[in-house]
Amino acid sequence: MSSFTKAFSSTLGKKLIMGLTGLFLSLFLIVHLIGNLQLFKDDAGKAFNEYSYFMTHFLPIKIISYLLYASIVLHAVYALVITIHNKKARPVSYASYNGAANSTWSSRNMGILGTILLIFIVIHMGNFWFKYHWGGLPYTQYEMSLSNPSDVKVTNLPISGEPLIHAEYVNTQTGREVLVAKDLYQVVVFSFSSLWYVVLYVISMIAMGFHLYHGFQSGFQSLGFDHTKYKPAINWLGTWLFGIIIPAAFAAIPIYIYITTLNQ
Amino acid sequence: MNLTLKVWRQRNASDKGGFVTYKADGISPDMSFLEMLDVVNEGLVKKGEDPIHFDHDCREGICGMCSLYINGRPHGPKRAITTCQLHMRSFSDGETITIEPWRATAFPVIKDLAVDRSAFDRIQQAGGYISVNTGGVPDANEIPVPKPIADEAFNSATCIQCGACVAACKNASAMLFVSAKISQLALLPQGQPERYRRVQSMVAQMDAEGFGGCTNTGACEIECPKEISMTNINRMRRDYFTAKFFKEEEIR
Ligand code: SF4
Ligand code: FES
Repeated sequence: MSSFTKAFSSTLGKKLIMGLTGLFLSLFLIVHLIGNLQLFKDDAGKAFNEYSYFMTHFLPIKIISYLLYASIVLHAVYALVITIHNKKARPVSYASYNGAANSTWSSRNMGILGTILLIFIVIHMGNFWFKYHWGGLPYTQYEMSLSNPSDVKVTNLPISGEPLIHAEYVNTQTGREVLVAKDLYQVVVFSFSSLWYVVLYVISMIAMGFHLYHGFQSGFQSLGFDHTKYKPAINWLGTWLFGIIIPAAFAAIPIYIYITTLNQ
Repeated sequence: MNLTLKVWRQRNASDKGGFVTYKADGISPDMSFLEMLDVVNEGLVKKGEDPIHFDHDCREGICGMCSLYINGRPHGPKRAITTCQLHMRSFSDGETITIEPWRATAFPVIKDLAVDRSAFDRIQQAGGYISVNTGGVPDANEIPVPKPIADEAFNSATCIQCGACVAACKNASAMLFVSAKISQLALLPQGQPERYRRVQSMVAQMDAEGFGGCTNTGACEIECPKEISMTNINRMRRDYFTAKFFKEEEIR
């Protein structure tokens, strides 16, 4: 075995991979959330659809997205390998066990939380990511007046007929800037108009909060990064930003859309 | 005090074992936990029964021989003490106390509550030392060491090799122990020549013994009778990754 294979098959190396992939995925959440905040705009999904197009067609982001898929797979596979190894290290469990006396609930249930998140990711990507790429999504045309930016004409283009492509141009005859884009926004609104879907999302985001409450600071430790000067900041970020603010913001989106569709 | 004990009894390593309930009556709150067991054992011996087997030696919290997983926690409910320093006043009259051995693949049960912790010795033998030539006694303080570094090294050196960290960890990981033994040398000038060699061979031995991996739950540092901190584990990780990824020195 080479030094690298040996290093990565050790108990320390396996967790190094968990830490690196986990922190990378955490970082991605920030980017994802910023994009999703476009859903709060009252513009018939224009900003969100533009963002979706950008995320799937800008080369550096495409490369990063493949790294992300790899990270999800690696993180899950290593989690399984590590869990099996750790279970083998204690074949006989204690008759009385008081884990709450010495560790957080999150830290003892990362596997369960992670499984919930994995199931969620599969459903989530199947519904949005897969549909966006191969699902034959409808196109919507936005016509913005050049002189008055708040004057936007929205037309849902028919699915039947000629295959459409993404387009941005200025129509000199009407004096309007035209955007034709895949309308992922419609799919989002449709999904979040059903209550069970909203509930699934909210539960998953709670699980994510608990997962990251332990995971974010644990990731740094797995890299060996532990310094009295930075530890408080890392713990703060892990608890407030990744444990509470980000999951809450994500969960707010389906709730917001559900409420707005109720009023229609 | 009158107590009910649920004690793990197991004749030998191959026996299946199981819990046996005993009454411990007339126990003084000033007794240590081990003295309480002595009283119970005296009763058993008088009845012609096999006394409960448990490890102990110094009975003053320095040797690391005593163990016992008491009511779901290694060394019982108190912080920063060993079982021999645990007094019965920490329990209430009429309480039922469950006593189990350390549970880990790498710590097979010898008998009842005593487990074989020689895996720790083998990890130590893999590199937990410094090689020096014999000769004249060197002058004290000949090599300057900054006070905070010396303090930290001495903190790591207080590990008594009891194994409570393994017992507390949900993964039966030995990293708190191993990292303390690595740190106490890695922090000091005398430990430098073998620093990156040591961390590789001790971690390799730790993995070979079948201990689990650390998932940073922090249970070990809470339960360690000597309050060894998890900083040691992170220091070990840094040294290990440095050795594996950046140092040219090879190991086996
Ligand atoms: S680190 Fe603490 S709990 Fe672990 S063996 Fe050393 S003294 Fe015991
Ligand atoms: S018997 Fe020596 S530490 Fe408890």
